[in-house]
Formats: sequence, C-alpha cells, structure tokens
Amino acid sequence: MSFDASSARGDLILTRITKEYGDFKAVDDLSLTIPKGSFFALLGPSGCGKTTTLRMIAGLEEPTVGSIHLGQTDITTTKPYQRPINTVFQNYALFPHLTIFENIAFGLRRRGIKDVDAEVNKVLNLVELPHLAGRKPTQLSGGQQQRIALARAIVNRPALLLLDEPLGALDLKLRRQMQIELKWIQKEVGLTFVHVTHDQEEAMTMADTIAVMNEGKIEQMGSPADLYDDPETAFVANFLGQSNLIKGTISGNDGDSLIADVFGQKISLPKSRSHAVDNSIYVGIRPEKFRISLLNTPVNGNVLTGGRIEDVSYIGVSTQYQVEMPWGQELMVFEQNDDGVAPFNKGDAVNISWAPVFTFALRGDEDVTAGSEVNPEDPDEE
Amino acid sequence: MGKIRTPYLLLLPGFGFLFVFFILPILNLAQTSTQTAVGGGDTGQYEQTFRFQNYIDAFVENKEQFGRSFVYALIATLLALAISYPLAYAIAFKSGKYKNFFLVLVVAPFFTSFLLRTVAWKQILGEEGFVVPTLRNIGIISDSTTLTSTAFAVVMGMTYNFLPFMTLPLFASIDRIDPRTLEASGDLYANGFTTFRKVTLPLSMPGVVAGTLLTFIPAAGDYVNAAILGSPNTKMIGNVIESRYFKIVDYPTAAALSFTLMAAILILVTIYIRKAGTEELV
Repeated sequence: MSFDASSARGDLILTRITKEYGDFKAVDDLSLTIPKGSFFALLGPSGCGKTTTLRMIAGLEEPTVGSIHLGQTDITTTKPYQRPINTVFQNYALFPHLTIFENIAFGLRRRGIKDVDAEVNKVLNLVELPHLAGRKPTQLSGGQQQRIALARAIVNRPALLLLDEPLGALDLKLRRQMQIELKWIQKEVGLTFVHVTHDQEEAMTMADTIAVMNEGKIEQMGSPADLYDDPETAFVANFLGQSNLIKGTISGNDGDSLIADVFGQKISLPKSRSHAVDNSIYVGIRPEKFRISLLNTPVNGNVLTGGRIEDVSYIGVSTQYQVEMPWGQELMVFEQNDDGVAPFNKGDAVNISWAPVFTFALRGDEDVTAGSEVNPEDPDEE
Repeated sequence: MGKIRTPYLLLLPGFGFLFVFFILPILNLAQTSTQTAVGGGDTGQYEQTFRFQNYIDAFVENKEQFGRSFVYALIATLLALAISYPLAYAIAFKSGKYKNFFLVLVVAPFFTSFLLRTVAWKQILGEEGFVVPTLRNIGIISDSTTLTSTAFAVVMGMTYNFLPFMTLPLFASIDRIDPRTLEASGDLYANGFTTFRKVTLPLSMPGVVAGTLLTFIPAAGDYVNAAILGSPNTKMIGNVIESRYFKIVDYPTAAALSFTLMAAILILVTIYIRKAGTEELV
C-alpha cells in the first residue's frame, strides 16, 4: 500500500526531474541528493524553479518527468498526506478557525497519535510560545505566526521539513533572529531541512549545503564558503555577493598557478579555481579581497596599476570605493574601517592588489551580468 | 458638535424610509390582526375589538399549510445548498480568469421576471416538455405520473428561484479561503474528505449560514411557486395569506397569519444561528 511511504526515511533523491507548464520548463532535468539530517538551501531568483521543486517534494505538484525517492521508497506520485514530509508555507497558511493548540495538533490528530497534549506542549515550549495555545492565528504577530507554522510542522517529526521562504514576511531584524533560531532548532530536533529562499544571506547563514538554481537548473552546489570563494559561473559569482569580473587571457603556467594577462598586466591565480575551458577567461575577485594603495607604496601579490578613485561611500563597517581602471572598467573595493577614517579620496591615483589565492577564473564566453540584474526583492514565485 | 451630528443626519433618510414603509405598516398590520367584522356591515368592514383569539383560530385552521411551508422551504434550502456548494467552490477555486463570467451567469436569471421564470418551469415540467417524456421512456416515472401540480414541482421551483441567494454568499465565503490552508491540510496528513470536513467547511460556515437564511426565509413565505407549479394540495402559508387578503378580504386573519409566520421564522432563525455558532467564526 502507498501508506508504506509514511515510514520512509533516508536521503532525499531527485532523479532527472522536469516540470513543464505548457511550453514553459519550470524545472529542467534536475538531479539532486539531499543527505539525511542536513540543512539544505535551494537558492535562486524568483522564477528559477526552486518553489516548484519544493512543491514536487511536498507532493503538491507532480513532475512531468523524473522520480523522487526518500531512502529506498519511490514517492514521485504519492499524495501529500501520505508523505512523511511537512512544509512551513510562505505566509504560514495557519488555519484561521482553529486555536494555536489545534493548529499544531492537526497533523497529530490526523495520524491518530495518542498523547496529543504532551507533544503539542513540548513543541510550544521549543518555540517559546506556550502561553499562546488558546489564541487564534489572527491574534498573533508575524514572528509568532512564523514560529507556530514551524511548530505545526516539526511536531510531526517528518523525515523532511520543507521551508518555503519562511522568513520572507518578517522585517530584517526579526529575520536575522529567526535565522539563528531556525538553525538551532534544526540541530535540536535533528531533522532534514530543505529551505527555499531568494535571500543569499539567509541561505549562507543557515544552510550546510546550498544549491544555486537558475532557469530550472542547478548552477552550482556546495557549502556556503565553497560557493562564495570559488564560484563556477558568472551567475553564482554575482548572485552570491558581488564580484569584480575582468576580461583576461591565460598566458602561462607556474606550478599550481596559472598566469593571466589582464589588459597588459600579469597576475597569477590558483589552477584549482579556474573553470575556463580555453585561454579566454574572466578573472574574478570579491570586492573585500582587494586592497588599495597609493602609487608608490610597495605591495605583495597580484597588482593592477593605474587606477583612479571615482567614488567613496562610507557605510560604517566598511568603506566602498569605485576605482576606474585604465581600460575603463570600474572595480568595486570594500575596505574595512580598521582605523576609523577613509584614507583615500576621490581622484586619488592608486594601485589595487590582492592575494593570488583569492582569485577565481570563469569561462571567457560568460555573460558577466548574469545573476546581478535579478530583483531579489520580488517574493512571488511561479 | 457638528462632527458628531453628521453621521446621524446622514442616517435620517434611511430611518425615515424605514419608519414610513416598515414600522407604520407593521403597526397597522398588528392593529388589523385583532379586529373583527362589523356586525351587519359590508365585506371588508372591520372594527378593533382586540380579539387575540384571531391568532389561535388562524393557526389552527391553517396548521397544515404552515407545516407544509416549512417542510418545503427546508427541502428547497437543502437542495439549493447541495447544488450551490460545489458550484460556488468551483467558481472560487477552479474557474481562473472566468470567475466573473460565471458569477454573472449565476445572477443572469434575475434579468428576467421571477414570475416568468416560474411559468417557464411549468412548461419544462409539463406534458409537452422534454423532462416528463424522457423520464417516462427510461422508466423512472410511470406513464400516469405527471410532474406539474405536485409538491415536487413546487420544491423544484423554489430551489431554482432561490439558488443565487445561496450561491453568492457561499461563493463570497469560499473565495476568501486561502488555498494554501487547504494545501497545508493535505501536507498535515488530511486526505481530501478530511480537508473538506476540517478546513473548507468550517471556513465557509459564514456563507452556509447566510445562504441558508437567505433561501429559507423567503422560501417559507413564498406563494408564487405553489400558485403556479402546485395544486390545492400543495398550498403554502403564503397562498393562504394571499387568498385571505385579496380574495376573501379577511384582513384580520391574513394579518394574524403574517405575524405568526414572522414569529415562527424569527424563532427558527434564532435557534439556527445559535446552533451554527457564527460568532465563533472568523
């Protein structure tokens, strides 16, 4: 019987999933394994297919092609109510006619669990809202509703907990606080969390592993640090944080390093961080990895000379510079305000330097604007 | 001061209208209901004698029609609910961009007269219509059975005529339900039927209560359907009031019956709303 699915446990395995709506491919031949017990984030701009992927895992949509397994059990066509998977919905979808207690008890009652009171109270304590048990959802603040939605899902101890932009409706401060709390709760209950978000900071704060999605495919998957330090595509380089991408050519080899020619200047980069297929590359450096120095100050590492400071913005923790290079490109540089003053002024002639290990290289035929022009504030999805 | 007075001034025309066209007639009706015929006077000449026995006489004489009114109205209400619920649900959740179009279709019958539509039902259910021959052919009714002038026809007519009053409030209620709460219910181990029972139905209760009241109340007092589609054996209290008033010119009995009907509906509705517990709903 299909109810066997409810006891399925183990890794979640998506195999060559495609979801089509008419001519539009929301998800395109996607394969993915989410290990049991991990905090996994699906990150991407709106319309990238991340919510569709989540809904297929939840059973709210059926893939056009492909299969979904939970451990050994095929759950591709299993009904949502037969899957040991629960969802924290965007905007929470609490039942407005039921009390908070009954909202949380809903899943337990459907499964015929005996000790509903004890289970509900335990999870209400976990989210630190035991005093709200008798209220109705409309009497709660957004942050409280968010926690109840989480409690309603985790009380069932699902094999997999899906979070669909769960913090999107909260203000920034509350969101930061909930991020830390969610991470803590995940460790506490030891469930597998799959988190869908368009907020790269949120994904990086919480997830062990992030899959960056774009146009129905996974661009790159890895730990937050891997994705940030060694992006493989321009989309990832731009979508996760900001990147300076400079046109260049590989001109030589030096042990573990490659030598690249950037508008007549030589720089070196680690071979392991080159994702180019031929000699034509984009050299990538994160803005905070750059150091600015006046023309005649001696510096180590890679140096690009001939810069001129175009713009200075002081933003407290750091100062952001726009530096115009001789070939016309403006580079972004973030300098820590270690000493409390911005030491460079608009119009200064400067060199830019950085440690070669922080350099990555992308294919020279990439669209350097990919991932930078999407509007991550747009919360609506598919 | 002026700020406080303005809302009351704005309410004045409404109150004035209600006073002239509701309060005064009701008082007049109350007065009429306890009158008796003038001894030796003409037909239609009555004098005030405060004869409250009028009420008892009127009720005892027309118990059957009272009972029939409420039974017919109840059946019509339940039928309308059974038809309207899936209809309202489909319009709210499944009609996509055609939502407004379907709503117009629901209201469209109002563009023709209530009377004409009821007469049309007489033809539909008549010997020459397609319903009776078809039912006879497939053997659901015998060759001697007719549908017009039956309780069946009256109840069908009422169900049809009051259907939009059921569908519209139901639609308004169901349309307000966040479809994600239904998804959440499925996600939390409830199958389709349980989701309906535990989430959809409770959330649409305001619509169910409003729809059933808007159908039951006018249906209980209706006389057009029984007059056109019924027979003397299907007379409802509305028909009695109508004939007492216009044909027999027995104003006191007609007035007493009207008041009794009003009181009976009021009591039933109060019990119903208490039971349905609408104040508990969102």
